[in-house]
Amino acid sequence: MTIRVNGQQMECETGTTLLQLLERMALRPEAVVVERNRAIVKSGEYGATRLDQGDELELLHFVGGG
Amino acid sequence: MSMYDVVREWAPRVADAPLRAFMEAATPDDVARVLRKERLSPHDLLTLLSPAAATRLEDMALRARELTVRHFGRTIQLFTPLYLSNHCTNQCRYCGFNARNHIPRQRLTDEEIVAEGRAIAATGLRHLLLLTGDARHVSGPQYIAHAARLLAPLFPSLSVEVYSLTDEEYALLVDAGIDGMTMFQETYNAALYPELHPAGPKRDYHFRLDAPERAARAGMRSVGLGALLGLDDWRRDAFFTALHGYWLQRRYPYVDASFSVPRLRPHAGAFQPAHTVSDHDLVQVILAYRIFMPSAGITVSSRERAGLRDNLIPLGVTRMSAGVSTAVGGHAVREQNGHAARKDVEGQGDGGGATPQFEISDPRSADEMAAAIAARGYQPVYKDWESVLDGGYGCGIACAARRTPSSELAGNFTPAAPSATA
Amino acid sequence: MTHDTHDNDTLVIGGTALTSRLFIGTGKYGTDSLIPDVAGASGSQVITVALRRVDLANPRSNVLAHIPSHMRLLPNTSGARTAEEAVRIARLAQAAGCGNWIKIEVISDSRFLLPDGYATARATETLAKEGFVVLPYMNPDLYVARDLVNAGAAAVMPLGAPIGTNRGLRTAEMIGVLIEEIDLPVIVDAGIGKPSQACEAMEMGAAACLVNTAIATAGNPVAMARAFGEAVRAGRAAYLSGAGPVAAATADGANASSPLTGFLGE
Repeated sequence: MTIRVNGQQMECETGTTLLQLLERMALRPEAVVVERNRAIVKSGEYGATRLDQGDELELLHFVGGG
Repeated sequence: MSMYDVVREWAPRVADAPLRAFMEAATPDDVARVLRKERLSPHDLLTLLSPAAATRLEDMALRARELTVRHFGRTIQLFTPLYLSNHCTNQCRYCGFNARNHIPRQRLTDEEIVAEGRAIAATGLRHLLLLTGDARHVSGPQYIAHAARLLAPLFPSLSVEVYSLTDEEYALLVDAGIDGMTMFQETYNAALYPELHPAGPKRDYHFRLDAPERAARAGMRSVGLGALLGLDDWRRDAFFTALHGYWLQRRYPYVDASFSVPRLRPHAGAFQPAHTVSDHDLVQVILAYRIFMPSAGITVSSRERAGLRDNLIPLGVTRMSAGVSTAVGGHAVREQNGHAARKDVEGQGDGGGATPQFEISDPRSADEMAAAIAARGYQPVYKDWESVLDGGYGCGIACAARRTPSSELAGNFTPAAPSATA
Repeated sequence: MTHDTHDNDTLVIGGTALTSRLFIGTGKYGTDSLIPDVAGASGSQVITVALRRVDLANPRSNVLAHIPSHMRLLPNTSGARTAEEAVRIARLAQAAGCGNWIKIEVISDSRFLLPDGYATARATETLAKEGFVVLPYMNPDLYVARDLVNAGAAAVMPLGAPIGTNRGLRTAEMIGVLIEEIDLPVIVDAGIGKPSQACEAMEMGAAACLVNTAIATAGNPVAMARAFGEAVRAGRAAYLSGAGPVAAATADGANASSPLTGFLGE
């Protein structure tokens, strides 16, 4: 199935969880915050969140700022 | 949070013993330090009211004059009172309209109101202060609003000095074109207050204390405050009066806050003030108000004698009454009978007029006051302000009022300054 | 009836008592590994961070790893051009487990980077109602500040000069008005380029200063952080001490030949 992550199209297997996606991308789950279709996914629910065709994900993390 | 809470918070700190301790501890150096400050805290205000400051009045006067000229220029606005009614249900022990006094009671008719207005307008005065006794069944808010509508064609600015009203009643007056209100708390001492006001609606200290705020909420452009100096320790009452103005101004930034400095004078047969307020003390209060709130108006009434009033002009005063009668119908009577007929002027005859609320000490006409002000190098101002758009200002105020919710968020007042938490 | 003293001088924001009145940032450092030493030298207890999309092609280390654990995080909403975007970023920052403090920053003018007061007030209102401790970045405008007070802000953060310019307290007069009129901590944010300017802001009565660029771009950021910490403490102490005599310009006949109060002795 096709999803969008930070504006980029991405293919992944049906039934993939959010946690699996983050691991595949080498992102530490505790270091990112995720918005799925404009709704925030709580950090404890990444493993239980199964992605669907057409999902739009925003992965954010903290960077330096003033 | 209302002014009531501010008073409750401060009252223990300025009770007799701590107030005396503070006043004794204040030094002339403390006063000099306060006079150099741009922003004054409530403690600084107390310092300016201290005996130490009384020895530095000339320094205070120079500072006060500088601040006044900066904010107001060399101008004195003239106004006159119009007494609509002397019916009263209160028993204020110091007042000539006291319900227990057997004096003729009168309420002006429409024709008499217009006659009074015409007599005043003929002298050139354009700022009018409407007064009534406290008798809702005779001179209710509707009557006052009606009088204002009768007078509006003659006077661009109408203010009231009447009993405490509700939010809705102040709004009624604003709708009738009244843009200012004056409310003397008389004394901020909540324990003393009921002794002085044994009966009548005015006995409600709290309702009166929060009246200026209700007026501000209703859209009054200008709100005048005052304590009748001499009822309680004048230092404490002056302190609370200034704090009241400061608090109100911050909470309702669109309001012009101003102070009056009425004082009780001892004289035969009448109510005797518990605390004498000398000319020296009065000057100190005026200077402290000015230095604490540089943008506030300060009014000196014709209770004070002509010579003193003239000397006060450069010390921070911005408004003075002229051509004053404190009797109902006094203006038109004078027009008919000439000056000598005025009963409300100290030492003058008993001819024809009604009983005055208090005896005035400066009988000068508008022309005479204007000449005295000009002689001091100041400009007498007959008309200081007029609504640019008919009803427009009230709307603007209402909009501003809506932007200032009555919740705790607006104008949280932090008494101690500099604040340790901010 | 005692005046405040220097002891126990704390700044309380959102119920948290802070003993340091210097807030620092994490932007513009040559390497984020400097941050722990900068934080330590500054004595600061509050540090700002920003939230960004992860760069999928090149995921960098998380800045949080460099921030000492005792520090209060103050995420900002930089990048937000509207109130709605600021609210969205604030909620994401909270979801990331960084507490409930948020510095609202709504900027839609990319040339001058000046904040949009109206949008900032709207975002502040929404977030304060949700329980955030909101610290809005703003132009030092009295009316905007009052709107922010009414919207439930925990402090206001007026700019001293356009962001990142290091030009100092160009808006000193207006910040002075806010200090006088606004019953919230006034934290000078943006524009402070030198410790002397931070000191001046504190002498004026500012509750705190937020300094990022001036430290991060200094030749020796750690030494500069220490200098800012000392300057802020000195300015605060001076404010609490009360200013000494300044020779005033003689105003309007200050040496009057005839005294104004002479009549009282007559």
